[in-house]
Amino acid sequence: MKFVDEYRAPLLAKQLLKNIDAITSQPWTIMEVCGGQTHSIIKHGIDQLLPDKINLIHGPGCPVCVTPLEYIDKALAIAQQPNVIFCSFGDMLRVPASHQDLLSIKAQGADIRTVYSPLDALKLAQENPNKEVVFFGVGFETTAPTVALTLYQAKQQNLKNFSVLACHVRVPPVMQALLSAEDNSVQGFLGAGHVCTIMGYHEYLPLSEQYKIPIVITGFEPVDILQGLYLCIQQLESGQHSVENQYTRLVTQQGNQPAQQLLQQVFTTVDQKWRGLGEIAQSGLAISNEYADWNAEQRFAVSDINTQEPENCRSGSILKGLSKPHDCPEFGKNCTPDHPLGATMVSSEGACAAYYHYRAHV
Amino acid sequence: MCLAVPGKIIEIKGEESLARVATIDFSGIQKEVSLAYLPEAVIHDYVVVHAGFAIALIDQEEAAETLKAFQQLEEFEEKL
Repeated sequence: MKFVDEYRAPLLAKQLLKNIDAITSQPWTIMEVCGGQTHSIIKHGIDQLLPDKINLIHGPGCPVCVTPLEYIDKALAIAQQPNVIFCSFGDMLRVPASHQDLLSIKAQGADIRTVYSPLDALKLAQENPNKEVVFFGVGFETTAPTVALTLYQAKQQNLKNFSVLACHVRVPPVMQALLSAEDNSVQGFLGAGHVCTIMGYHEYLPLSEQYKIPIVITGFEPVDILQGLYLCIQQLESGQHSVENQYTRLVTQQGNQPAQQLLQQVFTTVDQKWRGLGEIAQSGLAISNEYADWNAEQRFAVSDINTQEPENCRSGSILKGLSKPHDCPEFGKNCTPDHPLGATMVSSEGACAAYYHYRAHV
Repeated sequence: MCLAVPGKIIEIKGEESLARVATIDFSGIQKEVSLAYLPEAVIHDYVVVHAGFAIALIDQEEAAETLKAFQQLEEFEEKL
């Protein structure tokens, strides 16, 4: 496939590995922010090909993983109501709420549909005027604009039987939270490429400056990731810190302006709880008052649901890079992708699930 | 979740920019996606698609530059 295959070329990867090896003189800890990057790194074995001195930490950029338990409880409470068609991206269906997951209540008769795009849910609402159609809006700044336009269209069409249960989160605040923690070990970041296609990278300039840390906006194919790592290590080795852009074929400093404008119109920035990490200031995007009529939390009165996380899951420490998945006694035993205990095992982009799929022998 | 797949625009429908829809060819598989966020996109452009939306144009010159830089590096190594 064009713009994919050439970034998987073994020769280029080999060359980049050689270059990384040549410039690495001391240990460095680098975090890839996005779950898509984690998946690619573990799938292609990139972490095993790097010099031993390079320690990769798998960051919190997996929206399925970090969606707090109470939102899954809210989703179940809504989906179980009569006359509701509950729509979601597929990977949210298996995430366990306090007692069950969406797939098991589907088996008990709830009308739950997997959709590819929030626009598919909107279409279902148009086709089923006597049903309440609810979309479970989860995701980072890459996904939030797709929900923003869907809400915009629902309002334009005055479509009263459609609403969104929104739990959208932003990347820069969680990076700041990680960096300001006392036990932070991250020395460099690979920034999330597709989040930056929407948001640009101006938000990362003050972060890099304040914490004196290199941030390299990076793509998702093996050659992208290796080049991102090379640029990051180059900065670390020369004692520099700046924001660099590896993913120039897609990312510009200003990002996608129409998408940002609609995000601002439809959502408000709020403090948000993250599964495994707790509340982070200004890290969430909630549906604005102007769109309150399409907010499923209000329509179905589920705002008060509040749930505590289970204590035997170490996902918080994995998301901060303090533990690796196989350090956890539950990994692969009481916690598997079919029966995940917590955040990092629930989605294929979570560090534990990626290790489980590609590195079960560890 | 932030997975985005590259494809080529082969048809565009609609006038108003937030309502434009494109047919995208993903190496043989075709799908209609929203072009709301790429008002500048035209037929034959390459874009990346996420959850039914084209979210960015692929800058073909930048893509070629990155790969060219790698190839030069490789040739240089071979000469050594």
